[in-house]
Amino acid sequence: MAKILIVDDMASMRKMVAFTLESSGHEVVQADDGDVALEIAKVQSDFALVITDVNMPNMDGITLTAELRKLPPLKFTPILLLTTEAGKEKKMEGKAAGATGWLVKPFDPDKLLMTIKKVLR
Amino acid sequence: MGGIDLEQFKQIFYEESFEGLDTMESGLLGMTEGESDLDVVNDIFRAAHSIKGGSATFGFSAVASFTHVMEGLLDEMRGGKRDATSEIVNILLESVDEIRDLMTAYQNGEEPDTDAMGDLLNRLKKATGAGGDVKEAAAPASQSEAASDEAPREELVRQGWHIEFEPHDDLLLTGNDPVLLLGELASLGDISLSVDDSKLPPFSQLNPEVCYLKWQADLKGEIEESEITEIFEWVEDECDLVLEGIFPERKKSDRREEDRRLTAVVPGEGDRRETSRREKARRPTDAAPKQVSANIRVDTVRIDAIIDMVGELVITQSMLGQLGEEFDMSKLDRMRDGLEQLEYNSRELQEAIMKIRMQPISFAFNRFPRMVHDLSQKLDKKIRLEMVGADTEMDKTVMEKINDPLVHLVRNSLDHGLEGPDERKAACKEEEGVIELKAFHQGGSIVVEVSDDGRGLNRDKLFDKCVEKGLVKESDILTDEQVFMMLFAPGFSTAEKLSDISGRGVGLDVVRRNIESLGGNVDIRSVFGEGTTFVIRLPLTLAVLDGQLLSVDEQTYVLPLGSIVESLQINPEFLSGVAKDAQVYRLRDEYIPIVCLSEVFETGDISENLANKLLVIVEWGDKRVGMLVDDLLGQQQVVIKSLETNYERVKGVSGATILGDGTVSLILDISGIIDLSTDMRGGQQTRAKVAA
Repeated sequence: MAKILIVDDMASMRKMVAFTLESSGHEVVQADDGDVALEIAKVQSDFALVITDVNMPNMDGITLTAELRKLPPLKFTPILLLTTEAGKEKKMEGKAAGATGWLVKPFDPDKLLMTIKKVLR
Repeated sequence: MGGIDLEQFKQIFYEESFEGLDTMESGLLGMTEGESDLDVVNDIFRAAHSIKGGSATFGFSAVASFTHVMEGLLDEMRGGKRDATSEIVNILLESVDEIRDLMTAYQNGEEPDTDAMGDLLNRLKKATGAGGDVKEAAAPASQSEAASDEAPREELVRQGWHIEFEPHDDLLLTGNDPVLLLGELASLGDISLSVDDSKLPPFSQLNPEVCYLKWQADLKGEIEESEITEIFEWVEDECDLVLEGIFPERKKSDRREEDRRLTAVVPGEGDRRETSRREKARRPTDAAPKQVSANIRVDTVRIDAIIDMVGELVITQSMLGQLGEEFDMSKLDRMRDGLEQLEYNSRELQEAIMKIRMQPISFAFNRFPRMVHDLSQKLDKKIRLEMVGADTEMDKTVMEKINDPLVHLVRNSLDHGLEGPDERKAACKEEEGVIELKAFHQGGSIVVEVSDDGRGLNRDKLFDKCVEKGLVKESDILTDEQVFMMLFAPGFSTAEKLSDISGRGVGLDVVRRNIESLGGNVDIRSVFGEGTTFVIRLPLTLAVLDGQLLSVDEQTYVLPLGSIVESLQINPEFLSGVAKDAQVYRLRDEYIPIVCLSEVFETGDISENLANKLLVIVEWGDKRVGMLVDDLLGQQQVVIKSLETNYERVKGVSGATILGDGTVSLILDISGIIDLSTDMRGGQQTRAKVAA
């Protein structure tokens, strides 16, 4: 299945997303903030999907998205933002930075699996 | 929700949330009036945001809706639209408390009490500037209802949709793929698709990063508009999308749906409502209180060290095993070496494991900035809190038990110790009073001091009060210290009028009892007009003790090694009796009272020849006494067994232990023995000398 990078400073969220994806056979790499994620992405370029939280210390999800898009292997890789409902502005900001789409909290395992089908080739 | 058990992630979430709340609280407390440090506000906002997202996911709807409102205010502060006035900081602090209460309720498996929330929500809303009508926010359930009422109803039965999808040049650059989107579309119903490649340039001019194609599709089936717009939700700004309903007769006037598309989609709301309902339905049957497991966070470096040591232990053990299998006397030396190694290994391992339980006292101290902030406002006093030695490590269990006494002492200092600004000015002091919390290691103990630079204790007033209460007789001669210690007598209260800050006279005696039950003690130092200091002394750990074995009348006792200053052979010349029985010993320039253990434990008589005995000088607090013993045996670490759990509390004995040869030995409690010995001689004089 696919290799997926998950970025979230909240361990509970990150682990839950990871667990959900691993349970359905995906390979998951976890990072607890944008800086770490970027370092990982520089060495491992074969991610089929990146899922990142927006609000994080050090480097937020939107900056991370823009930075990832600068890496040639990740230029067209789907990047999904984990956001809380409302936040239309954030979504647009994310899109401007190159995000593919978003996953809206509350997080629901079934919805997650449905959604990523939309972007996994 | 799937087949996935969320419980394991909930535990992590509780921990994270409480951490986040602490971050918020300390950030808020650090804010100074009218000026907000953007980094701090951002940290607070982020913490609130994470808690909001998590609680929505885990079905803690009360927390989610509350933090949502709170986040609004924080967002305004973040955007520089609102300053951190003390009023706003206070509202936010109360909100932190509210969330903490709600989370605690969820953690304990209780339905949270949301009654108090309404008022706070109103104030939050008002502060946010959203103004008056807050009723809808106070009833969080109602907002989710809004999602369902907008789906447009058609009079005619729609047979499907005609869709025009024209990606902009840059659609591919967001990682979206038109083919996947169309695939999704096809999964909704019967699709007939045509592609328009008129814009496709010749191959030589083709830029592979640009999307040149556009599509038209007829999609047949009973399909809601929202199902389609949801597919294209992510590319809304990277494409032109036209949706037209297909009807059996004439098309309903050239209605362009584009403008209002997406308005009906409020993703997530439906799920949340469902979650919270499920939560509520589940609660009543789920009422059995959950056991909250006590966790401890350990630095991995410490764990690695332990693993190393276990490795060494295993090596030593196998070496000894080999030796033992074919042992003869020629290998005796190697056997001895091995045993030495084993002892070294196990001691190291023991120390390392004990360290796991050690945590910096900052865990206990951290609650005080908030408390001092709140109480100083309530009492209308200006107070600065200083903390020294917050890195000092102590046993987790000891720390948990010392929490309440500390709170009590700090409250006491705030309320009774420190004066109001006017009184301070009159006394030529700075308006701002100072409370200092200080922790440090001393010998085998940890010392925690709570001091204030307030009015200090008035010895005479205190003494009169004691007489009035019948605690002492007017004719009694007491040292200052003894008078101060009366504060800890049951039922004593210094405040003329009762206040809700530091209780009603029950308390300080409980504080003392709690500290003593941990094997510690508490002292008071005070200078009238200058301030008061409570000194708490606690053992480093409750589990093991470095002990000195000694014998008295053929009994073996254990004395905490750290309390021994020196041991000496008695020289009868230096012995003198001040009062009838009260023996003191002149040690260099100091007179040290003598405690005869035989007498205290009634196992022998003091009149025996003292010259054959040894004098062990021990220190407890700032008291020193000499204990008369027959002999000093070895030193060893002993595991403390509580007498209280196995028998009952015995004065002068802090516990028992089992020695290497299997015999039980009592561990002496120095402060208890000093008291016992004082009581036996009925002399206040002895104590007077001790304190001198």
